[in-house]
Amino acid sequence: MSKNRSMLIIPGNSPKGLQNAPVFYPDLLVLDLADGVPFEDKDSARLLVKEAIGFMDYENTQVVVRINSLQSGFGAKDIEVITPVQPVAFVIPQGSVEQLQDIEILLTESEKKAGLKEGSIGLIPVVDTVKALEQMSSLLNTSPRIKSAFFNAEGLAQELGIIRSKEGDEILYARSKFAMACRVAGMNSFDTSFIDSNDYEGLEKDCFKARNLGFTGKAAIDGRQIDTIHKIFV
Amino acid sequence: MKNSVGREIPEYIEGYGQVKPFGGALANYGERTKTSVKLRSVKPGDNKLVETIDEVLDKVGIRDGMTVSFHHHLRNGDYVINLVMEAIAKRGIKDITVAATGIFKIHEPLVDYIKSGVITGISVNYIAPGPVATAISKGLLKKPAVLMSHGGRPRAIESGDLHIDVAFIAAPTADFYGNMNGVHGKAACGTLAYAVSDAQYADHVVAVTDNLVPYPACPIEISQDYVDYVVKVESIGDPNGIVSGTLTVTKDPVGLRIAKLAAQVIEATGYIKEGMSFQTGAGGTSLAVAAEVRRFMKEKNVVGSFAAGGITGYMVDMLNDGLFRSLFDVQCFDLKAIASMRDNPKHQKMSGSLYGNPHNRGAVVNNLDVMILGATEIDTDFNVNVVTGSDGIIIGASGGHNDTAAGSKLAIVVTNLTKGRLPVVKDQVTTVTTPGETIDVLVTERGIAVNPARQDLIDKLKDTDLPIVPIEVLKNIAERLTGKPEPIKFTDQVVAVVEYRDGTVIDAVRKPL
Repeated sequence: MSKNRSMLIIPGNSPKGLQNAPVFYPDLLVLDLADGVPFEDKDSARLLVKEAIGFMDYENTQVVVRINSLQSGFGAKDIEVITPVQPVAFVIPQGSVEQLQDIEILLTESEKKAGLKEGSIGLIPVVDTVKALEQMSSLLNTSPRIKSAFFNAEGLAQELGIIRSKEGDEILYARSKFAMACRVAGMNSFDTSFIDSNDYEGLEKDCFKARNLGFTGKAAIDGRQIDTIHKIFV
Repeated sequence: MKNSVGREIPEYIEGYGQVKPFGGALANYGERTKTSVKLRSVKPGDNKLVETIDEVLDKVGIRDGMTVSFHHHLRNGDYVINLVMEAIAKRGIKDITVAATGIFKIHEPLVDYIKSGVITGISVNYIAPGPVATAISKGLLKKPAVLMSHGGRPRAIESGDLHIDVAFIAAPTADFYGNMNGVHGKAACGTLAYAVSDAQYADHVVAVTDNLVPYPACPIEISQDYVDYVVKVESIGDPNGIVSGTLTVTKDPVGLRIAKLAAQVIEATGYIKEGMSFQTGAGGTSLAVAAEVRRFMKEKNVVGSFAAGGITGYMVDMLNDGLFRSLFDVQCFDLKAIASMRDNPKHQKMSGSLYGNPHNRGAVVNNLDVMILGATEIDTDFNVNVVTGSDGIIIGASGGHNDTAAGSKLAIVVTNLTKGRLPVVKDQVTTVTTPGETIDVLVTERGIAVNPARQDLIDKLKDTDLPIVPIEVLKNIAERLTGKPEPIKFTDQVVAVVEYRDGTVIDAVRKPL
């Protein structure tokens, strides 16, 4: 059975990042088409990610793709182009019940076109808005494709005007609510990433805190963080 | 003819002479005779202090066909090679061989002297990618350059294979009678270790300084009894090019992954132990290996005997933390290393000969447990190239590579599996610098290969969870990622001879088409 302790987020417009990512052995490798890719690179990154999934040696990790939201205008195309190379799941930013329902329809259609069995690609909603946080239980039940969810504190902090700290006291409520909702739904819960890649001690403390709040794993923005995450989330 | 690593080498190379083919890393030990030294004794009252380099050239009787030598402790800040060669060129002298321990970008003016025939030969143990290396590769030098190792050069000098007519020793501090050190002065560089054999064996020895101090200079690294003349110039070098402020551990995630794996290999093979000795380079990944080794040593409460080589502040920190009892320093890479060598008796200098000469009574590399090395290319026989790049142009020389690989008990090559979209592991390297028989382990981000000749290491690593694979698997992964590059095409013209540390020829570099 696949482990779900870590998800390493790699910008989809970085050939070097796409090539090197598997050497860190993350449980999930998130090839990002959304936040990590500037507007002008969206189309090329989509093609690069598609080619990378088809070509790179990703057999030791579960490859998922963070698509753009449908509202951005890029999300539908992301699904259409990436579905044929069958990532394990799509990560859906600004997760909401409505968007997930729309994506369910689009994805089912894309799977059919690609000759894939319906439901073969999972969905991982990103909870990065207050609304999504408050909708957690219905959000997680939107689709049988959802087996995991990802709490992105940076998005939430932006919405609320919160200043983030390494200790994370300001997101304690949100983290707790998210983690508990995932536990109730029997799903994997990925905590927000720890931003300072050079602070291994801070990362370890943050992982420990997340684990004690009920999270089952954590996102990483740097390959160097994976070993520490795996040390805490066993 | 083919040598023992299968390289096709002419029996005789014009401008170099009869070739002694490489016959194996251990094939050439035994009884040796050192060459004699010609010197002019100095009587009381004689004056060694000379006003200008031009005047020194008169005193040493500079003439066509001579060999002049330099050290490279001032690295890319060195002014001395250019100053001396400019003065020689102005006299219309031709056919000079420059025997430098290192050549850098700052020495670009040498290219014009190569073109004009002032310089017709170069021997060097380290050469940075740049104009002089490129000029050699293009065949502009009349005779093939001779690429040596840091241990091979003093061997060649001591045996008489490399005869130096005049040694010009850049001295950050000197007194009027020729006592020198590198730890004081505005161009302080630390040790002058690579110049020691030059001072001991050259026909004429000249200290070139910009910091003339009252007699006696203190400390003394190269002493007055070896020195004929002292000349003061305005500046011997640019401090910015001589040392780095602080050399730090890489933050590159892939480099750190490689470093972690390398340290795990060292630990799993039993070399993290009381009295261990260790050497690594000054690059970010090499220092990252040191950081991982440091962590293991602290965890196991181990005190090593020594760390050696070019010394960085990072190794000084390990000494000061009590992780090693001593440092052997052949080259100070940063300001912290210079200060440490000056102030701490546990931080010891070693000459190039003491460091790696295979034909003395035992070099420091012989006592080295673990050596961390880099590679431009490595082949499936574990032969390593650090001399030529992907276009066949010269980008380096052995430095201490083949000395330390030969001496150490565990020689580990750490490298990214691909560099610049090219595979590092190949069927055959472009140029052999270090024979595969002296390389024990290759560590890349995608796996670790152990030399099949080291069954003892294979046995120790087989039950670990380290990603051990045959080197051919790494080659295939690399080629899958990058494709298999077209072989570089060369002419027949030999532009450089790669000497192994024992003076045999391990490879010849030909001019790329």
